[in-house]
Amino acid sequence: MTIDWNNFTPWTSLAGGLMIGLAAALFLLFNGRIAGISGIMGGLLKPAQGDISWRIAFLAGLVLSPLVYALVSSLPQVQVEASYPMLIVAGLLVGIGTRYGSGCTSGHGVCGLSRRSPRSMAATVAFMFAGFVTVYIVNHLIG
Amino acid sequence: MKVFTSILAGLLFGLGLILSGMSDPAKVLGFLDLAGNWDPSLAFVMGGAVVVGSLVFPFAIKRPKSILGDAMRLPTATQIDRRLVLGGLAFGIGWGLAGYCPGPALVSLAQGGSKPLLFFIAMLFGMGLFELFERAKAKAVSASA
Repeated sequence: MTIDWNNFTPWTSLAGGLMIGLAAALFLLFNGRIAGISGIMGGLLKPAQGDISWRIAFLAGLVLSPLVYALVSSLPQVQVEASYPMLIVAGLLVGIGTRYGSGCTSGHGVCGLSRRSPRSMAATVAFMFAGFVTVYIVNHLIG
Repeated sequence: MKVFTSILAGLLFGLGLILSGMSDPAKVLGFLDLAGNWDPSLAFVMGGAVVVGSLVFPFAIKRPKSILGDAMRLPTATQIDRRLVLGGLAFGIGWGLAGYCPGPALVSLAQGGSKPLLFFIAMLFGMGLFELFERAKAKAVSASA
């Protein structure tokens, strides 16, 4: 292992993390809900009365965030290395996996770890482990 | 009001994702590449978020109601079962293949380009497939009962 010092951004990453934590905390305090993005999305696919508008609003906030960010600062460059077929496979796995496992990086990772849920810790270990192994295989065994 | 606080929370969450670097798949993959040229930045994202969460969540979950007067809707499942682990593993494989998890996928939509859109559609399709499986299973269970 070598450390990629050129791309290492501890301060902006920490600041972004604090904002994410604050958003999740405020959402729980004001709305009484877990800010789990896959769960909020998934709930729209089995709509229940009175349970739709807040979901759409939260997701709209996420979708609009780059437009707001661009008002204040220039958006960071992003790079998508995955090919089109790979994006389809990855999207399907993320969609099915997050619903089957009841959460993603936000619901299990941020919120679950914050409320010390052993179940969310197990899920976080599972997806982190699978992410590390997958990148190892793609970059070092196949690539 | 509930809608207003939802959109603000989503917005703040998204701004955090962008600032932190989570919305850049290349950075996510740099974090997941332990054996390569490793970029540890994203550990600080999770660390920062969980520090704030850990200060607020223990008090928030004890509230009888939310500030806006709604019931506190917390997950009730506690069992670490096969579904949880297999789902987490499948999600992690997809995350490692493209570098997108659900939040950054949504944030990336307005940043343009066909790649985030394609990932988003595939993810939505995957979530839809899950719903169909669940409904088919519920039907089979009620038919056999």
